[in-house]
Amino acid sequence: MFDLDRWNEIVHALAKNKVRSLLTAFGVFWGIFMLIVMAGAGNGLGNGISEGVAKFATNSAFMWTDRTSEPYKGYKRGRYWNMDFEDVQIIRSKVPEVDILTPKNFGSNNNSGPNTVRGDRNGSFNIKGDYPDYVKIDPVTIVKGRWINEMDIREKRKVCVIGTKVYETMFASEEEPLGEYLKVSGVYYQVVGVIKPETRININGRTEESLFIPFTTMQQTYNMGNEVHVLAFTAKPGVPVSQVEEKIRGIIRQRHAISPTDVQAIAGVNVEKQFLQMKGLFVGINILTWIVGIGTLMAGVIGVSNIMLVIVRERTREIGVQRALGARPRTIITQVMLESVVLTTVAGYTGLTLGVGLLELVNQVLERQPPSSEEMFFRHPEVSLTVALASLGVLIIAGLFAGSIPAKRALQIKPIEALREE
Amino acid sequence: MIVLNNLHKSYITGNNALHVLKGIDLEIGAGEFVSIMGSSGSGKSTLLNILGILDDYDEGNYFLDGKLIRNMNETKAAITRNQMIGFVFQSFNLISFKNARENVALPLYYQQVSRKKRNQIALEYLDRFGLKEWADHLPSELSGGQKQRVAIARSLISNPKIILADEPTGALDTATSFEVMEILKEVNDQGITVIIVTHEHDIAAMTKKIIRLKDGLIGETIINGDLKKYREKVKSENAFSYV
Repeated sequence: MFDLDRWNEIVHALAKNKVRSLLTAFGVFWGIFMLIVMAGAGNGLGNGISEGVAKFATNSAFMWTDRTSEPYKGYKRGRYWNMDFEDVQIIRSKVPEVDILTPKNFGSNNNSGPNTVRGDRNGSFNIKGDYPDYVKIDPVTIVKGRWINEMDIREKRKVCVIGTKVYETMFASEEEPLGEYLKVSGVYYQVVGVIKPETRININGRTEESLFIPFTTMQQTYNMGNEVHVLAFTAKPGVPVSQVEEKIRGIIRQRHAISPTDVQAIAGVNVEKQFLQMKGLFVGINILTWIVGIGTLMAGVIGVSNIMLVIVRERTREIGVQRALGARPRTIITQVMLESVVLTTVAGYTGLTLGVGLLELVNQVLERQPPSSEEMFFRHPEVSLTVALASLGVLIIAGLFAGSIPAKRALQIKPIEALREE
Repeated sequence: MIVLNNLHKSYITGNNALHVLKGIDLEIGAGEFVSIMGSSGSGKSTLLNILGILDDYDEGNYFLDGKLIRNMNETKAAITRNQMIGFVFQSFNLISFKNARENVALPLYYQQVSRKKRNQIALEYLDRFGLKEWADHLPSELSGGQKQRVAIARSLISNPKIILADEPTGALDTATSFEVMEILKEVNDQGITVIIVTHEHDIAAMTKKIIRLKDGLIGETIINGDLKKYREKVKSENAFSYV
């Protein structure tokens, strides 16, 4: 195997026509390169998105109201209606599969003109009324201070927790926000915390641009009475959210005289379903990557096989001489196969290295981005060692495959025909 | 050394069978120096190929050193060729990217002799033919005569019993041709059977026995002593080809 003459022949055969060898090698190189880059990019997309949503409770769902689309129990279609706080209590008692259940209300949002004032600064933000439990579904990072607590709810305190963008807009840099007051839609709230989101899922506006006050405070301050805008809930471990969702819908339909067949009236998002769909999408991307990658690789390998046939033909005479001098068929087969394997492996390995190199480069660039560039749906493009090793194995097998037809052809060369004087 | 009994060989091309050898009976003893002559199409190359186990035959028997050579598989044929037979070709057939020493050492490579040892032996053989200084030169840097001497050295390195030479002087000028024939004669003097195929009468005349093929059969066999007569006969037959 590691015999100088043999390697000498391989190098000679490949170097004799450098351009051709290079072009052939390029086919395999490109195949592996594409495979690695595409697999890496697919992974990067997957990582980016799952990092963006990873901490969000995947067994959660949100529910809100819309106009009815069917007349029912004497009500006309097109009726506006609201959920109320009693719904929450009834659901708690009647649906034991519910784990966390928190209502959420919305005040004015950031498209409705400036709603927040502090001294000569003003801004327009999303005002949200929340329960302490809400962060168990949509987790946040506390930058300063704290999140809303039970006392705030019970005493209907006029406190607020602000997103980082709100802090940047309403305060000078380095200014201490805790204890300061913000005037939101005419009412003063004391800032008790600054938060930033841990996920890239936003409910009714971006978390950074939101201002959170206790749910009860919001109900009272803005005259919302008993109404509830959104229900957020999670299912207990092992229970599908859609099952819980159905039960809750049933209760709400009954309580608010919504037709059982009216699908428009109760709107909602099932996060679990979305996650499954996303996972399916990634599986799809992965499969596509491999199909395209392997296809490209196959084309490269067939190219190698083709060129090996040409090389064998060109060297007919030489092979004939070798056989006349006593080279055994095995020697000739090994020779051709080794040439093919060397060509594919070297080309493939180069592709592998450059592909991984490119991914690493992209990764480095991405890592240097400031962490605040939230809209990054692309993270850590990479391929696992298994994939890299597997593709190397595939390459060697592909090389053997590519060499087998030319090797057979080389064996069919009769010394006499090869040596016949033209 | 070589015994052929009623040897037949035909080539099939499409629907036509070309009967090339039509029953050759031939005996060549150890240490003979034989030339095979004949016009083109007489079957001399075919015969040489069969003798060199490069081709199979259809009918009859071929005994090489007492062993029947027939329907050998390619591996066995390769081993037999490697050990028993040395080949010399008209166009030398040296491997272009190997230097003289590596070319000479090639048959030993197929015997799995270590690189160091076979290169040393190759150098001894090159020295014997006065080519020691050329050992590291590529074939393209050698003259025709030098190339043929390298080829002869290569054919001898595995200590074969027979040298088969197909038009060994066909690509060489007269002076070099005689030089090469001189070398083959020396080889023969050491007891190795030498068989050459040639169409040049003066080259054939330097061997000890001439076998003339005619239409797939042995036309005549001339022993060394009769050569003078033969020459005259050929002269009158075709004065033009005899220079």
